[in-house]
Amino acid sequence: MRRVQLVHLAHARSGDKGDTANVGVIAYDPAHYPLLVEQLTPERVREHLAPLVAGEVERFELPRLHALNFLLHRALGGGGTISLRTDAQGKVLSTAVLRMEIDVPDDVATAVRGRGRVPLGWSPTEEPRR
Amino acid sequence: MRVASGQGFWGDDLEAPVRQVEGGPIDYLVLDYLAEVTMSILRKQRAKDPAAGYARDFVSLMARIFPACVERRIRVVSNAGGVNPHGCAEGLVAAGRDAGVAGRAKVGLVTGDDLMERLDALLHAGHELRHMESGRPLADVRGYVRSANVYLGAGPIVEALRRGAGVVLTGRAIDAALTYAPLVYEFDWAMDDYDLLAAGVVAGHINECGAQCTGGNCLVDWWKIPDLASVGFPIVEASADGSFVVTKHPWTGGWVTRASVTEQLLYEIGDPRAYLGPDVAADFTSIELLDDGPDRVRVRGVTGRPPPEKLKVSVAYAAGWKSVGTLTYAWPDAAAKARAGEEVLRRRLDRLGLGFQEIHTELVGWSSTHGPLAGEPGADIPEVQLRFAVRADERAPVERFTREVAPLVLTGPPSVTGYATGRPRVDEIVAFWPALIDRSAVEPHVSVEIRDV
Repeated sequence: MRRVQLVHLAHARSGDKGDTANVGVIAYDPAHYPLLVEQLTPERVREHLAPLVAGEVERFELPRLHALNFLLHRALGGGGTISLRTDAQGKVLSTAVLRMEIDVPDDVATAVRGRGRVPLGWSPTEEPRR
Repeated sequence: MRVASGQGFWGDDLEAPVRQVEGGPIDYLVLDYLAEVTMSILRKQRAKDPAAGYARDFVSLMARIFPACVERRIRVVSNAGGVNPHGCAEGLVAAGRDAGVAGRAKVGLVTGDDLMERLDALLHAGHELRHMESGRPLADVRGYVRSANVYLGAGPIVEALRRGAGVVLTGRAIDAALTYAPLVYEFDWAMDDYDLLAAGVVAGHINECGAQCTGGNCLVDWWKIPDLASVGFPIVEASADGSFVVTKHPWTGGWVTRASVTEQLLYEIGDPRAYLGPDVAADFTSIELLDDGPDRVRVRGVTGRPPPEKLKVSVAYAAGWKSVGTLTYAWPDAAAKARAGEEVLRRRLDRLGLGFQEIHTELVGWSSTHGPLAGEPGADIPEVQLRFAVRADERAPVERFTREVAPLVLTGPPSVTGYATGRPRVDEIVAFWPALIDRSAVEPHVSVEIRDV
């Protein structure tokens, strides 16, 4: 087993509903979805986000989309317009979740190396091609 | 049936709806202008000017695209009416006449979502409108309420389409209804066929944030996404059986992939087994996505159950004042200087005894988004911005705070800049109060009017 950062296995999007944020975590490779289910328990996510999230963490499974949805309660400093945070609406809380480190088999760790990060030497002026 | 999204929020790309109309065949154009906080902003505008209170951008947009929509039989559905749907309809009719479509189009106007005029009567009749999270009754903040609107469903939009409206205008309706009401009308879906309605809700959820499902804000391989400068907005190609394809005009930028659509499906949802709305509880765990060629994703298998008994109300109320001041500190030891500056400012504010409800500080460039998860900044971090925010019930202490930031430049730790824009702005906080209400208190008040252009 090796520890890898979640950013190499999954992408994510977050949003808000009052003082609750939601973070959807989606496996790049559907084969890795069971790993996410096993490793990203609500308890571990809550522990990882403890400095940012005051309330409970709920988890919901969407196996057909190989995705998990986390509800982070009291996560936005009051939420919406009351919150004084830069990220008052939790738009980038998703990326804080992707910092998490999880245990995966060695072959998975090798396969996902570099995934999810912009390649070295990339420049914004080179137009991508399909 | 091709339902195109042209606007994901008020302030979105002004040219996007034009590109949707000009770029290829579509049957409907849906334009979403209302975020949770928008209604209270519109009410503030209307207090100053009784003719205001709706999305004026919509009227100037229609002045440009009305003739093309009439000629190509493209119907438009929008919640641009805000808190003054009648005013919006008048503006729209005038814009249509100026654009030369007089006598060739009808406007359907949906009203009844706005509870503000009858709020006291409702409270008096025992509708407590308790906060869905805290449980407090609305009476606690009644004096601060700025707007109160029910989220309507597809019903009245469908009626307007049946009565021949080419443009349907609403106030507060759920965003997804703008997309699925046309499907209910065109395919004659029954309002108790919950699987079909749920499929429509999913289509609407994908459409409602514009380009956020076609490559905008997409984390997957974002550096490979082609030509975001002319990103295509989504088009839902729906079938009568409830399956649909998400796509975009072929010459536009961005991309439609299973991953880009999945990100949007997970945006701002709660329990995915029951995504609640006024017409149906959609089960997002039932959704299947299939590749259907380049920039085409097929969605099928969606199931739904009956909607909750009550309707959701969005109340906006004044909840105090806030201000944010920033200063930028440079290497060496930028973060240490910023923290020292923060300490000086906190002591001065404390000595003034201003009684803030909250003081919140961040180091932008280091920890403003991930907080302590970012670890400790090194001594050689090139620069950080100290972002100092305060909140209070009254305006005066917040005003006073704005006078305390600039002095730090000459009276605090060194190597500080970035104060040239003057004193920070003071903003009133208009907060959101979600509540539920009986359908019987709303439905008799919902009405649909048809006007000729």
